[in-house]
Amino acid sequence: MALADIRQTVQLWPLVWTLSVLDIRLRYRGSILGPFWLTLSTSVMIGALGFLYSRLFHTDIQTYLPFLSLSLVLWQFLSTLTSEGCTCFTGSESMIRAMRMPLSLHAARVVVRNILVLAHNVIVIVAVFLIMGTVPGAYSFTIVPAFALWVVDAVAISLFLGVLCARFRDIPPIVASIMQIAFFVSPVIWNPAILAHRGIGTVLVKWNPFYALLEIVRGPLLGAPFEAQNWEIAVGYSAGLVLLAAVGFTRARSRVAYWV
Amino acid sequence: MAEFHIQNVAVSFPLYHGESRSLKKTMFAAASGRLGEDRKHRLVVEALRDISFSLRTGDRLGFVGSNGAGKTTLLRTMAGIYEPVSGRIDVRGDVTALLDAGQGMNFELTGRENIRLRGLFNGLNETQIEDLQSDVAEFAELAQFLELPVRTYSSGMVVRLGFALATAIKPQILLMDEWIMAGDASFMDKAKHRVETMVRGAEILVISTHSADIILQWCNRVIWMDAGQIKADGPPEEILSAYLTPEQLALAKNALTKVVAAN
Repeated sequence: MALADIRQTVQLWPLVWTLSVLDIRLRYRGSILGPFWLTLSTSVMIGALGFLYSRLFHTDIQTYLPFLSLSLVLWQFLSTLTSEGCTCFTGSESMIRAMRMPLSLHAARVVVRNILVLAHNVIVIVAVFLIMGTVPGAYSFTIVPAFALWVVDAVAISLFLGVLCARFRDIPPIVASIMQIAFFVSPVIWNPAILAHRGIGTVLVKWNPFYALLEIVRGPLLGAPFEAQNWEIAVGYSAGLVLLAAVGFTRARSRVAYWV
Repeated sequence: MAEFHIQNVAVSFPLYHGESRSLKKTMFAAASGRLGEDRKHRLVVEALRDISFSLRTGDRLGFVGSNGAGKTTLLRTMAGIYEPVSGRIDVRGDVTALLDAGQGMNFELTGRENIRLRGLFNGLNETQIEDLQSDVAEFAELAQFLELPVRTYSSGMVVRLGFALATAIKPQILLMDEWIMAGDASFMDKAKHRVETMVRGAEILVISTHSADIILQWCNRVIWMDAGQIKADGPPEEILSAYLTPEQLALAKNALTKVVAAN
């Protein structure tokens, strides 16, 4: 049943796409720049943080800014996705109760919407790379499978958090604070190299799922050598996540309409 | 051939969210006599209990019953929105449910965008969606309002849009709540023909209503719902004479005669 649900969503792909595009358009309806506000606000933030932190951390802006732009854009995607994933069913209450629709459609809508936002922010990364003269590494092609893994994870996160939050209304704030802490303890704005000579670094970096996921995209673009270990950890955590989502969604799917 | 079989269907709503065991709710549920506990001893409201019936092509079924008898829940269950906790539902044919005027419309989006979304939901292609848009716009008399967000519409316009949209798609099995029969008089004259075409086109019609003349006009079978159960099932005349007082029934027949005379 859960699989049939997902299959129906795939069949309704034009609807998912249109809903997502309309979501974005609606958010910026009436504004002159429209969705390019996304691009602009991201670039302002990256510019400001980049100059500030490169001073604070005594790092060279030439290498820090490309790192920061990648990290922040990816993290923004991840954190918005988790918070919107929480409300993917509760937020579509009127649709769920009005007609028979595959439930995974609402999760897919959140994912596609956030990928569209990501696409607007990628412009900033490209601009930073051009300005700073950063040349992507030889293994840059590996970001294609990495992105595919991100999409799979994004769907799993939305489905899992969506059903969980539909049932337990206390989860969204908990998720939000976890993500807040994760932002600071993960190497997002700080380079893991800073911790290399300290013991604690190994814990924050090595067993951090966010680090592995960030690094499989970030590493190759910044010219790091191919690291199989990051991939192993990223795929391992993703498999766990997908399993969790599969169990959660299969068990709760038929009850979601009662909960929202 | 469309068919609809419902066997021993039960639907219950869990009472979650903290205050579920509050005194007020417990008293309220106890007063309605439908408080229950499920296998895990959670408090639930038994919205539907042991519902069984079958429909085949040509059946025009009406649900009657007081508010809270489970009519709308049963329609939602038949539409596949609520999955029953026990029992089974077998459907052969496309089901369209017209449960409320809003029907999951996004009030921030324009009328045109809402129509487009509905078209995509029904798997229409671009040309079909354009046809749908012009058909709905013309019928709902929205003209330039079509480009404005639905929240700027008057409530009458929302009903007209919902109505035009709902009736533009021709289903095999049609489930409707009574809102579709309610509207301002001048629009209803025009709407009537359209509903009639759609209802005649549908192989199975299920309608939930409070008004007896609608039942007499449209249905050939009536189910009387009471406290989540089927109280009576049979031909309209028979059930209505038990459900209504003789005066009410006479009034409804009177209204029907007027309708027939007017046509």
